[in-house]
Amino acid sequence: MVGGMSGSHRQQSLWPLLLRRIGSALVTLIMVSVVIFALAGLLPGDAAQEALGQSATPEQVAALRHEMGLDQPAPVRYAQWLAGMARADAGQSLVAGMPVAEIIAERLPNTLMLAGMTAALAVPLALAMGITAAIRRGSWIDRAINLASLSMVALPEFLVATLGVLLFCVKLMWLPSLAMVSAEATWSETLRSCALPILSLTVVVVAQMARMTRAAIADQLDRPYVEMARLKGASLSRVVLGHVLPNCLGPIVNAMALSLSYLMGGAIIVETIFNFPGLASLMVNAVTSRDMPLLQACAMIFCSAYLLLMLAADMVALIANPRLRAQ
Amino acid sequence: MKQFASLWAKAPAANRIAAAFVGFWLLLALAGPWLAPHPVGAFVDEDVFSGLSARFWLGSDYLGRDVLSRLLYGTRYTVVLGLGAALLASLCGTSIALAASLCGGRVDEVISRLMDTLISIPSKILALVLVAACGSSLPLLLLICALTYVPGNFRIARALAMNLAALDFVAAARARGEGKWAIAWHEVLPNMVHPLLADLGLRFVFVVLLLSGLSFLGLGVQPPYADLGSLVRENISGLTEGAPAILAPALAIALLTVGTNLLIDAMKPEGQ
Repeated sequence: MVGGMSGSHRQQSLWPLLLRRIGSALVTLIMVSVVIFALAGLLPGDAAQEALGQSATPEQVAALRHEMGLDQPAPVRYAQWLAGMARADAGQSLVAGMPVAEIIAERLPNTLMLAGMTAALAVPLALAMGITAAIRRGSWIDRAINLASLSMVALPEFLVATLGVLLFCVKLMWLPSLAMVSAEATWSETLRSCALPILSLTVVVVAQMARMTRAAIADQLDRPYVEMARLKGASLSRVVLGHVLPNCLGPIVNAMALSLSYLMGGAIIVETIFNFPGLASLMVNAVTSRDMPLLQACAMIFCSAYLLLMLAADMVALIANPRLRAQ
Repeated sequence: MKQFASLWAKAPAANRIAAAFVGFWLLLALAGPWLAPHPVGAFVDEDVFSGLSARFWLGSDYLGRDVLSRLLYGTRYTVVLGLGAALLASLCGTSIALAASLCGGRVDEVISRLMDTLISIPSKILALVLVAACGSSLPLLLLICALTYVPGNFRIARALAMNLAALDFVAAARARGEGKWAIAWHEVLPNMVHPLLADLGLRFVFVVLLLSGLSFLGLGVQPPYADLGSLVRENISGLTEGAPAILAPALAIALLTVGTNLLIDAMKPEGQ
């Protein structure tokens, strides 16, 4: 990070770096798929036995195993599974008896909507909290935000959600305690029924983003260029928004990506409490019913989302900060 | 002991409050079963989801059992499993990190790549897949929670060890002809203890949140055992009444994790 731009440092062009970063993310994704496939293989018993029940004869089980391709060696099955995933064909759900892709296609838009709306609320809030705390370093408001965010980081989701239900559904009766999502519902209806899940998730993710924003900005505020800009007569808001923020875009976007990736897979508990038909609660069902194809597909989606967000954050950092491109 | 007392006297009020808080939880986890006013599984109240009273300090649960007694027993599972898993994760992560940083080269590359892979699986997802594959008995839960947080600890410990290994006193030890493991044990490790302790506290918070989350989903601690997360789950039907039976265990988890987090922050050396 500190590497200067002196003559001996050669500036690399952007594209090869970006391509290398994408390639490394793809390699990680493939390694993640190996891990997930291997873990699913630890499951005692196999799908053929489970589908036929205890009374099946060994011949029946063997026939179904052959039909399902379970008698092939693990690398072959892995290759077939991976090829299927690449074609968005994650196989057949063992419990529901329908293609996994169909089940997921039904849930994925809900999860993306919840994550998107939470991000739209949490990101500006976190930026505001972080910037305020950084500008007013050492003041009571900085200490209050510090204490609040330290506590919020460690708060269990179900406490936030239950307190929300108690306050807004039981005492005030403003909001419904179950999140209904349907295609017919109008926007305001959807927003109303998703308000509590959104608020709970916001409380969970906003703290970490605010802390990282404060740390990144506070670090820059001590630099001479900030003092220079202030001495020139630029207003504080102009210095922070126009000079400081672009300089710490990288770490801030990184923190945002990390927190937002949590909204996909980490929403498990919030989705369960509010009965929200999202991808994470689908994955919990897959665990309880031991529906491995569904479980693998969900896990792969969450890992891809994480890698994609981290990749996006790295790209923003590379584009925003030319010093990262220096060799 | 004397050293500890002088440390206590010098510490700012915030540290003392946070430390007293964490000590309180450890004490509860140790002494809980002796403090419990009622037998843990007994149906002692005719009423279910009753409120706070002199006989039942925290009311009764969905079967008319005493919430305070169940809470005291549940704290034990949460704290012991959390502490055990956090210790195991730190132990494994730090040992592997030391080995990787001192062996260097190929070994380091392979291990780091593997850990990078594991770290890009979100912790809850990894834990869910592991629970689906292995099951959720108490020892398995401890192993699963530990395994989930090994990569995070590894990353921090490796960065610390790498920085230390580049310093002069390690080079001097090498020049003296000391072996790899002697260097790891006598030169590198003692200088990593402070940040690693902070990381251990953080892992503890994560494990407690993960474990109670799993239990809340019915995938963690299984009956007849119950940790704090299971207590929230079994009393979820009392939510619409605002019963203390559901709020008390949820608040207990929050106080435990927030208290630990504040302690870690308070212990941070000045200027960081």
